Parts: sequence; C-alpha cells; structure tokens
Amino acid sequence: MKIRAQIGMVLNLDKCIGCHTCSVTCKNVWTTRQGMEYAWFNNVETKPGTGYPSDWENQDRYHGGWKLDKGALHPRMGNKSGIMKGIFANPHLPQIDDYYEPFTFNYSILHKQAKFKTPPSARPYSMITGRLMEKIEKGPNWEDNLGGTFAKRSQDKNFDQVQKEILKEFENAFMLYLPRLCEHCLNPTCVAACPSGAIYKREEDGIVLIDQDACRGWRECVSACPYKKVYFNWQSKKSEKCTLCFPKIENGEPTICSESCVGRIRYLGVMLYDQDQIKALASTPDAEDLYDAQLKVFLDPNDPEVIKEARKQGITENYLKAAAASPVYKMVMDWKIALPLHPEFRTLPMVWYIPPLSPVQTAVDSGELGINGILPDVESLRIPVRYLANLFTGGKEKPVTNVLKKMLAMRAWMRAKSLDESPNPEILPEAGLSEAQVSEMYRYLALADYKDRYVLPTRMVKPNEDAYREKAEKGFDTNNSNRPRTNLFGGI
Amino acid sequence: MSLLDRLIYFSKVADKTTDQHIVTTERNRDSEQFYRNRWQYDKIVRSTHGVNCTGSCSWKVFVKNGLVTWEIQQTDYPETRPDLPNHEPRGCPRGASYSWYLYSANRVKHPMVRGTLIDAYRKAKLNCSDPVEAWQSVMEDKVISKKYKAERGLGGFIRADWEEVNEIIAAANIYTIKKFGPDRIAGFSPIPAMSMVSYAAGTRYLSLIGGSVLSFYDFYCDLPPASPQTWGEQTDVPESADWYNSSFLVLWGSNVPVTRTPDSPFFTQVRYKGTKTVVIAPDYNDAAKFSDLWMKPKQGTDAALGMAMGHVILREFFLEQKTAYFDEYVRQYSDLPFLVKLEKHEKGYVAGALIRASDFADKLNVDKSPEWKPVLRDENSGELSVPNGTIGSRWDKSQKWNLEMKDARTGKDIQPLLSVYGKHDEVIDVAFPYFGGPTYKHQHFNASEHDDIISHKIPVQKIQTNEGESYCCTVFDLMVANYGLDRGLNDHNAAKSYDENLPYTPLWQEQITGVPKEQVITVARQFAENAAKTKGRSMIIIGAGVNHWFHTDMIYRSAINMLVFCGCVGQSGGGWSHYVGQEKLRPQTGWLPLAFGLDWNRPPRHMNTTSYFYLHSDQWRYEKVQLDELLSPLADQKLWKNLTMVDCNVKAERMGWLPSSPQLNANPVKLAEEAEKAGKKPEEYALEKLKSGEIHFASEDPDNPTNFPRNLFVWRSNLLGSSAKGMEYFMKHLLGAQNGVLGNDLKVNGQPLPSEVNWHDQAPEGKLDLLVTADFRMSTTALHSDILLPAASWYEKNDLSTSDMHPFIHPFHQAVDPVWESRSDWDIFKGLAKKFSELSTGHLGTEKDVVLWPLQHDSPMEMSETADASDWKHDGKELKPGFNMPKIVTVERNYPETYNRFTSLGPLMTSAGNGAKGISWNTEEEVEFLQQLNHTVTEETSAQGLPQIMTDIQAAEVILSLAPETNGNVAVKAWKALEAITGRNHHELAASRADEKIRYHDILAQPRKIITSPIWSGIDSEEVSYNAGYTNVHELIPWRTLTGRQTLYQDHPWMLAYGENLVCYKPPIQTKSVEKIYNELNSDKDYLVINMMTPHNKWTIHSSWSDNLLMLTLGRGGPVVWMSEKDADKINLKDNDWVEIFNQNGASVTRVIVSQRIPEGALVYYHNQERTVNMPVSQKTGNRGGVHNSLERLSLKPTHMIGGYAHLAYGFNYYGTIGSNRDEIVVIRKLEKVEWKDEEIG
Repeated sequence: MKIRAQIGMVLNLDKCIGCHTCSVTCKNVWTTRQGMEYAWFNNVETKPGTGYPSDWENQDRYHGGWKLDKGALHPRMGNKSGIMKGIFANPHLPQIDDYYEPFTFNYSILHKQAKFKTPPSARPYSMITGRLMEKIEKGPNWEDNLGGTFAKRSQDKNFDQVQKEILKEFENAFMLYLPRLCEHCLNPTCVAACPSGAIYKREEDGIVLIDQDACRGWRECVSACPYKKVYFNWQSKKSEKCTLCFPKIENGEPTICSESCVGRIRYLGVMLYDQDQIKALASTPDAEDLYDAQLKVFLDPNDPEVIKEARKQGITENYLKAAAASPVYKMVMDWKIALPLHPEFRTLPMVWYIPPLSPVQTAVDSGELGINGILPDVESLRIPVRYLANLFTGGKEKPVTNVLKKMLAMRAWMRAKSLDESPNPEILPEAGLSEAQVSEMYRYLALADYKDRYVLPTRMVKPNEDAYREKAEKGFDTNNSNRPRTNLFGGI
Repeated sequence: MSLLDRLIYFSKVADKTTDQHIVTTERNRDSEQFYRNRWQYDKIVRSTHGVNCTGSCSWKVFVKNGLVTWEIQQTDYPETRPDLPNHEPRGCPRGASYSWYLYSANRVKHPMVRGTLIDAYRKAKLNCSDPVEAWQSVMEDKVISKKYKAERGLGGFIRADWEEVNEIIAAANIYTIKKFGPDRIAGFSPIPAMSMVSYAAGTRYLSLIGGSVLSFYDFYCDLPPASPQTWGEQTDVPESADWYNSSFLVLWGSNVPVTRTPDSPFFTQVRYKGTKTVVIAPDYNDAAKFSDLWMKPKQGTDAALGMAMGHVILREFFLEQKTAYFDEYVRQYSDLPFLVKLEKHEKGYVAGALIRASDFADKLNVDKSPEWKPVLRDENSGELSVPNGTIGSRWDKSQKWNLEMKDARTGKDIQPLLSVYGKHDEVIDVAFPYFGGPTYKHQHFNASEHDDIISHKIPVQKIQTNEGESYCCTVFDLMVANYGLDRGLNDHNAAKSYDENLPYTPLWQEQITGVPKEQVITVARQFAENAAKTKGRSMIIIGAGVNHWFHTDMIYRSAINMLVFCGCVGQSGGGWSHYVGQEKLRPQTGWLPLAFGLDWNRPPRHMNTTSYFYLHSDQWRYEKVQLDELLSPLADQKLWKNLTMVDCNVKAERMGWLPSSPQLNANPVKLAEEAEKAGKKPEEYALEKLKSGEIHFASEDPDNPTNFPRNLFVWRSNLLGSSAKGMEYFMKHLLGAQNGVLGNDLKVNGQPLPSEVNWHDQAPEGKLDLLVTADFRMSTTALHSDILLPAASWYEKNDLSTSDMHPFIHPFHQAVDPVWESRSDWDIFKGLAKKFSELSTGHLGTEKDVVLWPLQHDSPMEMSETADASDWKHDGKELKPGFNMPKIVTVERNYPETYNRFTSLGPLMTSAGNGAKGISWNTEEEVEFLQQLNHTVTEETSAQGLPQIMTDIQAAEVILSLAPETNGNVAVKAWKALEAITGRNHHELAASRADEKIRYHDILAQPRKIITSPIWSGIDSEEVSYNAGYTNVHELIPWRTLTGRQTLYQDHPWMLAYGENLVCYKPPIQTKSVEKIYNELNSDKDYLVINMMTPHNKWTIHSSWSDNLLMLTLGRGGPVVWMSEKDADKINLKDNDWVEIFNQNGASVTRVIVSQRIPEGALVYYHNQERTVNMPVSQKTGNRGGVHNSLERLSLKPTHMIGGYAHLAYGFNYYGTIGSNRDEIVVIRKLEKVEWKDEEIG
C-alpha cells in the first residue's frame, strides 16, 4: 500500500447557475496574458452541447486518455515511439478554430478626433493575427444557454443511446451547466505523454503541474489529455494548465474558482488513496465498471489502520486531520452523490460532480408531481438519466438514479420537517440514507458553510526543511534557485 | 519499465509503485515560482461596483505595483442565523470582469469637447473675455449651433483641460438660467443606492442652482405601479435570505440566476429544505432549470394565468370552505371588507367609489376629513363603522392611525364584515368590463369569444346616503363576481366548475396562455394549501419579465391578489418579492438632504422622466395608441373623446398630480423679479398669471423654444445607449443628430392632434444646447455628448452601497488614485460648483425662483381636492395651490455662494429638522456630531461654522450620521415620531442599537447590518429576515393607502374609466409600429413580424456596460437576438447569421442565435447591447444600426398619472408614468449586406 494525499474537488451541478464567475476570476489571474488569450483553465459549458474545444469528449477524434489493449493500459494516442513520431505532425491536436480565435475590438475608433459618416462602432480584431475579423464565428461559450440549433448541439457524445427525436422540441428542452477544469487525475495521461518529463504530479497534494522551465512545447500533453485542459501558449511556446491555484492551496485557501463560486457549488478536501492500486483499477475492462473501480482506490481517513499507515508513510498530521473532515470524501464515498467525469477515459479524475435535478417533463400536465403531489420523483425528471450516465458513469444508469433519489429523498424529508408534518418513513430507506446522513447532507448541500465547503490543510513543512531561513528569505529567492542550500557556516 | 518511467529521464527516481506504473522522483521545483509570483500582490482594498444592479456585493480589489490587477468577492459578511445559509460570496462574473475597464482602450482619459463647439467657443472668447457672453454668442449663431448638434455622435472629439470644460459648462448653465430659467437645466443619473454619494454630487449641484432632477425607476419600467397602488409604497420587498424561509416559491417572470446572481443560492438551496419551486416563464430560462414545474404561458398573457389561479383560490379556500387564517388576515389587512357604492348605469349597475363617512348626512359623526375615511360594517353589531387606520386618521392627529380592529370614533372593538352575502337585501346585475374578447384582440395574441361587458349577480344591501337610497356591497363581493365565481345566485356568467369557458376559469385561460388548466388548478391549490399550513410562507418572486409590459398592473395585481388572499404579505418567507432595479437606498433619510440640497433650500425640482422624454424627444408626436383602445367599455366615452395620452399628462401636471419640467412657459427667476417690481409675492403673482392665462404650463407647448430643456447632465448612466426608450426620437428631436426614425407624425398620418398641446407642423430638432456626460468609458451617450468628463471608476473613489437584497451597508474605497485625468463624481461637481460660483458674479446674485411642487405622497397634500379629477382650467374651479394644483413656493438662491453651499451642511438641518414618509424629527444632535467629525468651515462665508462636506468620505459621513438606518439614536427618534401618529409603541424595535453609529471606517473593515427604522416596513432582527410589510402586519402600522389596508380595489374615477378598479386580464397593446412598413417590404425576401422582448442580459455588466471584453467573449462578441428554431426556419435564418430588425421607430442590426429554448413568436433582444461595439450599418436607414431601444417608443398609461389621492400620489420614482417596452412588434429579416462605413471623413 502506498498512501498518497490528493486535493479533490466536488461540484454540485444541481446548484450551478452557469454564471461563469469561476471562469472570469480564474482568467483574470492566470490567462489574460499574450499567448493565453484563448485559454480558459476553467470554463463552463452548457450541456447538451459540443463544448470547448468543440467535441472534446470525442476521443475517436482527439485520441486522449488511456485505452486497454489486450488488457494492457496505454495512452490512446500511442506508445512512446508513436508519440515521438507524431511530435512534428500530430494529427489529433485541436486547432485554434476548435477553441476559438480570441478577439478584441478597436475601441480607439470611438475616441477619434476625426469624424465619420455615421457614429463609429468598434469592430472585432484577432488577438492572434492582429487582423480585422469579418465576423466572430466562435467563442469559449458559444453554446451558452442552448445557443445554436439542436442538430448541431446534439452532436454531443453524451447522446449515445439516448432517443434524441423528441428532445429537440421546445417543450422538452433541458440543460445543465458543466464547469470544467483540470482533473488533477490520479492516472494522468498528460504526464505519461510528455516527451520532456516536464509534467509532474506533486507528491504532497496531487496537483499536476507543467514545469515551465522544462517544457519544450511538444504539445503531446494537449493531445493526451482527454478533457482538453492543457493549453499551448503560442507566445512562450510552452504548454500550460490549471494549477489548482497551488499558491492558494498551500496556504489553506480555496482555489480562485472555488472561492468566487457564487452558486456555492464547489467543495475542496483531502482524499487519501492507494497509489499501488491505480494501474489495476484503471485497467478495469468494462467502461461501466470504472466508476465503482475508482471508488476502491480511496482509503477511509477515519480508519485507525489507515491513519497509522499513512503516518508511517509520512503523511502529516494536518493532512490527516483535513482528510478526516473532507467534504469530498463524504460526497464521493459516504453518500455516493458525487460522480467522476467520464471515468471511461481511465485517468481516474479527481474533480467530481453531483448530477442535477431538473423540472418534470412537460408530459406531466396535471402539475401533480410524484412525491405527495408536491415534489418530483426520479422517473419524471426531464434530463434523461442515460445522458447523465454517459457523462459521469461510463453509461451505467444505476449510480445516477441512486444520486437523484437521494437528493429527492432529502427534499421530501426536509419538507416534512420544516412543515411540522410526519415524513413518510419509507423515503429514506428507499434511497439508502439514514436520518443522520440526510441531516448532514442537508447541512453540506443547503447551508453549505464556507468552513464546510473548504477543508484544506496548509502545506506540509518537511522535517528536513529550513523553514526558519525560508521565512527570512521568502521573496528574495527569485532566480536564486542554484544557490547552495547551506548557511554561512556550511550547515543546513 | 513502465511508460512513465521511461519518459521521465532526467529526474532522480526515488520510489515506484509495486506495479512500476508510477514513479516518484526528486526534481527541482523552482519553476513553481512562475505561478506563485503572479498570485502575489501588494494590497487588497474593499470596494464594490456602482452598477444599477441590486447585487451590492463587497469585493476584494487586488493591487500590485500601484495597478489594479484583479478582483474577487469578499466572504466576510456578518453571519446569518445558524439555520440559514450565509451571504458569501456575493458577486457575479460581471463584477469579476470590471477591472478590465480601468486601463482598457475604451477608458476616457481626459476631458473632451466636440471639436466644432470648442472651436466656436474659443473663437468667441477672443472677442469677449466673459465666458457667459462667449457662450451666448455661440448659442445665438444659428449656423454653428446647428452644425455642432448635427455632428453629435460622429466622432470629432478634441481634448481639453478641466479648467476650460468647467468654464464652458458653468457659462452655459449661467446663460441658461438668465435667459430661460434654472429649470431648463436637468440631470439624469439612476439608482442612487448603488453609489449614493456619486449620485448626490450631481443632484446637489443641480438642486442648489434650481435644476431639474430626473427620475429613473419609473422610466426604466422597474417601478411596478401596482405596488404604490396596493400598498402606497414605492417598492419594499424581502431580502433574498427570506426566500430561504419560504416553503413554496413561484418565480414569475424573474430569471433569478441571471438577474439576482449573488442571491440565487437562497433559491437553489432552499429546494433542499423541501421548498417547492414553480417557474413561470415563456422560455426555458436559467431559472426554469431549477424548478420542479416550469409553466410557460405565452409572453404577456400572465394576468390570465394569475386570474385563473385567483379563481381557484377564492373558490376552494373562501367559498367552498372557509380557511380561518385567510379569513382573519383579509379582514384585518386588506380592503376586502370595505363598502363600495353601486352606481346606476345604462348597462345596469356598475361598481363605483368606496363609501366614506362623508357620504352620509351626519358624516357618521366624523369631524375631520370625513371624505378620506372609508367605512365598513361591523359584523357583530351590524353597524357601519369608521375603522382605525384610514388615510384620514393619518393626518387628523387623533393617534388612530393603526390597524387595531377598532372603530376610530368610539374605540370599540369591531369585526369587519367580509361579505354582505346572506345579509343582503337584493341581488342586482352589475356590469364588468372584459378586455380579453374580440374587440381588443391583438393579432399576435389569442382572445376568447366573450363580450366586452359581462354582467354578474351581486348581493347588495340598501344604504341611505346623501344621494338617497343606494346599493352597496363589500369589495369582497365584487371580487368574487369579478373572478367569475358562482355563489348560487343564478349568475350565468359565473362558473360552477373549472371546465366552463367563462372568464376567469382555468379552462378559459388555456385559450389565452396555452397553459394546461390542470397545472393552474394544482399550482394555485398547492400555493394556498402551503400558505394555510404555514401562515403565509408562500412567496412570489416577480420581475421584469412581467413588469415591462404596458399593462404590468394587471399582471402584478393578479399575483398580489393571490398573496393577499393567502395571507402571505408581511409574513416571514412569504409575500411579494419584486426584483427589478435597485430601489432600496437604506439610509435614504440621511441622504435626501445631501442629494437634494434640502439643507439649503426646500423643495427641490423633481421630474418624472417618462413624461419628460415623451414630451421633449417628441415621441408624443408619433403616438399611435388612442385612448378609446384603452378605455373601459363602461366608461363615459364623452369625457375622453378629445383627449390623447399627452393631453392626459398635461392635465395631470395642471392638477398637481405629476411634476413638470420645465415648469412654466416663463423663466421662474424673471417671474419673481417681475413680481417684486409689481410689489407682489412671487407665488401670488405666478398664480394670478396662471389664472389669467398669461402664463401656462410649459408642457402645453413643448415644441416652443421657450420650453426646451437646454442643458442636460448625464452621469453614472448610459442614457442614450441603454435607457432611452425611443432612442431614435431622442437622437432626432432632443439632439438633432443622425437618427433612424422611419415613421411619420400625427398630422402626416392624419390622426387627431392633441387638444391640450400646441401643435407645430415643423418639429424642432436639437432642442438641447449642451449635453455633458461624465463617464469612465466611451458609451453611446458619451459619444454623443458635447462635453465628456473623465470619471473615476468604481475602484478609484469613495462611496456607499446598499440594496434591497441584503441588509448590509458597505463602501466603495479608492484602491488606486483616479487614473489619468479622471475625477470622482464628488470632485467633478464640486469643481464645477466652484467655477459656476466664480462666473456667476455679475450675472446672477441672490435670486428668487418660483418653484412648482406637485401634490406629494406622504404629505397632507395626498388628500387633495382633485379626487373628482376635475381640471381647474376647464371646470372653472378656483385655483388652489397645494389642493387642486401644484403648490407654488418661492425659493431664494444665492448663486455666487453655490460652491460654499455645496461643500457644507446647510442651516435648515438645524432649523427645520429631517424626516421622510410623513414623519419628521429634530436632528440638531447629529449636526453637532458632524461639526466635530467633519470639522467646520472656517472661511468667512455664509457657510462658516457649518459641518464641512469637502470630500466624498465627508459626504458619506453626513448620510451615515443623519440616517436612522445607520445611527441608532436617529432610529429611536424616528420611531417615536411615528408613535405620535399611530398611538402605539414601536421604538423598542431600535432600542437595542440606540448607541450605535455606523461610520465609514467601520464598514471599510466589514459590512454592517443596518438598523430597523420606520422608513421601511420590515425589521432587521435575529429572529426574522427582512420582509416587506412585516411591521404593517406585526406592529399594526397601516399601509399608506386610502383605507390603510392593502388596496385590492382602486376607486379613483380614472381607474374606473380604464376598467382597473378590479384586476382583470388585458392583452398587450397594439403599438402599430409595423403596419406602414408592410407596404415597403419586398415580398420576394423572407421576413417575419414578431413580438420583441428585452430581458436582462447575461453578458453585459448590468444594463449599461456591454463593451467589456470578458463579457463579450463569453457572449457572442456583440449584439445578438435570440429566436426559436421554428421561426428561424420560416425565414431561412441560420445560427449566427446577420439580421436586420426594424419598425417605424428605427432599425438595428445584430446576429441571430437560433435556439430550442425560445418559444415560437418571440424575439429576444437582450437589454442592453451597445452599438459602439460590432454594430454594422442598417440597410434600412443607411446609418449605424440602433440599439434595442431604437425599436421602441414610450406610451403613457393615464392611470399612472393619477395624483393627490392617498396612495395614488406623486413621489419621485414612486408613482408616475412608466416606460414599458415589451408590447413592441418588429420586422426581422436576413441582412443583405454587411457594411461598416468606418472611413474617416476629416
């Protein structure tokens, strides 16, 4: 058993309002630079839709993630020799038009001393070529709120095995918002694919980073990442990606996307897992079983044996304490209401999602809903369960149905409580919940206090680290990386 | 070796997993510094955004190397109760993208002036050194004057310096005051709550010089007239945290996730508490995603849905069985038990006015204001009763203005009788108007086949009044009949079941709205059941989706009725949650003196903007809606025969119902001068002249140059680019600029001309001499201005922010100094005041100014002598200022002292005190406190010894010190002042915070929760969230209405005339904007005629800031309209095609977004999308395409002009005409040619 700690994230899509504050605050801090204009470490997609970059979920096209070849796990884009061959002409790389051509406007025309025949209006310019754009044809959120024809949007891969015909009608419209960032996977293909060894997963918190000094700009990681969350900086000619705001995480603060999440949908917490299990679990044959397989990698942070072993392996006390109170563990493992995004990519992603409830289908004309006539039941929700299963469980519907049932059971139970009525005693057992669990679920999902949403340790200070000296020198150390780690007297 | 292992060739391998799949390496991680450096910053400053939105979110602004780099929300609000979610992190992507503006290419960096104008001015200055004379010579040069006006908007700005622009503006103001009068200077700035000091800067300057301050809430159509109609209250609503106390939420035309982004968690999260959510919206919007049930009525028909739900509630919870809680509630808190007179009519009987004490020979032994004391019947004694709490008791000093169930004369307990049914003497036929039938059929909306007049059987009692024997019944009896409910009286027009197609059954509404009747029945039933179980915890969140229609009152009143029937208003977790516009300036009473110079002069000049621009942009000249299309079929048509909308407005101004600006067709300063020469008091002299007809109201001849508005200030606003409904008319008539008006005026069209307004065949173009805008970015308004002042942005100034959505007050604070040459609003107007004072010497001294003051709400004038709607001009009545016409007040202004007055707190605060909403108190202690806190003026001026207001922070301290909401001592005084009127104890509500004084530096540290005050109807306590109407219900403070109760019956004669005494369904109005266009359309080309709506945009910063690059990137990069797939197919439009949209009002060009979530028959042009970005030329007009407002035109509703009538009385932004905009019809077609015309021409 090799125990590692990982900062995981849960996003409750049932509360996501699709406001993109996460994207904007992230972009302001990390990607407004030249070369990164088109890059959104965090973006939000309206589903159903083909997403950003277009069709990213289609690995027949992009060859991201892992595949099983005669039982062996390989990056889908090929083994090392395959990767090396493709370095100069990788046919599976997304092109700028798959993202969008970043634009700005010639605002200065409005300020001119010169006169015009008719009031001036600023026109779009490409931020890459500097040239006028006749028409803006694409953006990072082009399909916002179901923008675009159904025919186009329903090329979405998640419609596999979903009856599309009736879903195109106005009455049957459905949508959900999907905020996306780097998954900081337990089994990252990007790391495996990097010819320069520039990508690494941090031992202490599992954050996957690209070393900007080591990156040689081969872009194999862009291809390898099935979530298309690595971006090539065309100015620096290096790849960049979401850093899970490690400068904040190290200080026990939530990421920018989490802190700014006005929908209060994000949770951050520590997960302990067994690194020795990864290959075997990621090699689970059937895509439908990968969700269950991934759950097996996590260790119970309240199990004394686990704690003992973790301590032995060097996991520090503050991480163990945080892991024991992890909201992510509660949602992923205790209540099983959070699901991974596309586990069939076999990267063991660490950003999890609570699938959304939805209004009842139009067919329910009476207005009488499933539970006591007041609240809907799972069968009447308008988002097809199969669609959600294709997103979160490799197509297996049962786990999705179970989550939705739990959410609805919580609502029914709490309604009875808040109206001083006696609740139907069968509601909770049917959903597989205890009364204690449901009140804790309510606390985390409804009240969602800041201190419950984010349970983060500050960074571990290693036993051999000269923290006293670092404290004095922090900030003076830029570009001094080669300075010997000794003091005046030769000691450490 | 694993793949990973082989690829990682330069790091030292420290460890491997047992399967060799993963290796742990020791590597140099110094490169992490790259990202760590970016995250480092030098300071964080608490500030916020002065957007019109209600967010009022506190933000952390990050500064690095003296530059603002980014922002993120604060998360440190004082916490709520443990069983409620907290407020963090309030904010949205629009706020988060604000820092883009500071250093963007669209930033206004320097003062700029229209080239042609400044050239002329500079030339004139060579000949005469006096700036006022120089300005005069430019104004009198007709050629130059026409030229610079025609160039407005076409570029051509020249950079100037502050000294010069202040000189020009001051000279223009002085010239205008001398030649035309101070009321020809006006200013427009919206929503003070979002940055109250910045707002006050401009209005203080204007108020000191006598200029007109223009309203906004009504003009924006964010004011729901149904609120003052029902409650006598502009708008008061629950904070969003109170949604969390609700167990049944209806979101009706309110897209909370987009328009109330920071509040939306209270909606999404309360679902987990088991709250049922129903979203009523014509499209599958962001809110619908969170509903349990999405109801989708055809847009604009919501009143039909509301009527049918009211029908179900009345039947099941009042008639079939009595619901004790509802029954008690409506008897005590609504006007349903009051008696109504039934009047003889050619069609039988019709409902008339409420019966008052004055209707009886003995006046029921009421000596004071019997005509303002409506009566009901006491169920116990069977006697008529004059209850406590009516408007008459508010002003009669009897201390009976409360909602105790007592007779005001005897003090005896009463039980109001709800219905005369069972105790009736007779059953008579009473006629009701019906607007949902063939006569009023709109081609884009469905109608039923019912007659215009519907007769119902009503149980009545006989009653002896002054007029002899009359019939009366209760409001409840009329209500039940109006909803079409059978009571066993053999009424053929009353429904015995929900399946009868009679107004207003669930089946009937199906044909209008398209909503299945079962849904209506279930939702109404569950809504009421929930309210009955929880004592009112059913809530309707309602918004612009239904408020922006011409007949918003009907939709709103249908919803309000549901809430009142079910006892939801004033109950925690229940009630009416109207969220459109940020109207809640919590420390309002502290702010009023600062903003309107009440510390120096009273009263100020206020104007309702809808009427103002209807007149001055000459939209009345193009009016196509005629009154007979709006009048009740039961109205006396003769009375209205020769009248048009604008005529009604003129009458309303004359009767003192509405304000006017300019006020008279004479210079009010000159008028005072003449009076003194004649040895008369100015107000008496003015009255004589009005009586004799020598002078008249300016609005009787708005196209006469004497009556033009001359100077206009715009700050904190994009008036032309986002607020100007009928934008092309503004361009044409107000500015004289290039425009896209495509229709003809009344005379050309052969329509009847107004009878009260003088007609000029040639309409003036370019009425405004000077348009001054202060902004930080180049908006459409800025582009069209003559002088553009660089304003400090929201991170560069100090100010205050409050909202109706949360109970906190928090600051703007300067993160960096104003960049380039920009200045804060306070400094801009302070600087202007200084220059004005300097230059006025020799031109203006101490002057008297004759000010007209309309019959104000919350003053005894609301019990006016115009209750019969008689206009003295025609009805031969004696002119009685303050009774049947505006009050006339002479105000003395010391023009050279303007700057000294601007920068100090004037003496009236000590001598006259402070107050609002009908109560007032002494505020000497607070003035003394401010003398210490702000220091006093030391210079030997008229302000010596007074508290200083030199800086924006000092201005903020004035507000905080004088307001009950931020100064506990004032709160206690204010409550005591109210106690003197209600005769009840209230001041305990604020006692626990009596010592608290919230100061600017306190809120810089953390937002503070405001203090409970009688200015508002909710309380801020640990036990309940803020909920409107709470003190009415729980403290028994009457609503400020005729009966003191919630008014479901509007008995004013104009309400009766328009058939709105009771709520009913009215279809959208026929704007007739496309009829003439049909002939010009080429039948070969595809086009579609469609109803256009302008909901709130997701990708602009509130309604004004649409040029932000981040937002443009997340949207589609410029103006777009949304359309259903089916409609797009009809005219072969593909997603992202360029389209042209037009009607007689103008034309716009956008791209189209084709989407499944839009219903057929609706075009959604999100408000607001500026034409300064990505807007091609319109092929229809040949000019730059217009904005969404280019396709609109204002139309006024006469019932919104009513004044001097208790709750229906004018207050600034409180009651008045609204700028509705959803009834419009447009033509859309593919744009043939994308053309830009952006070559420079010199």
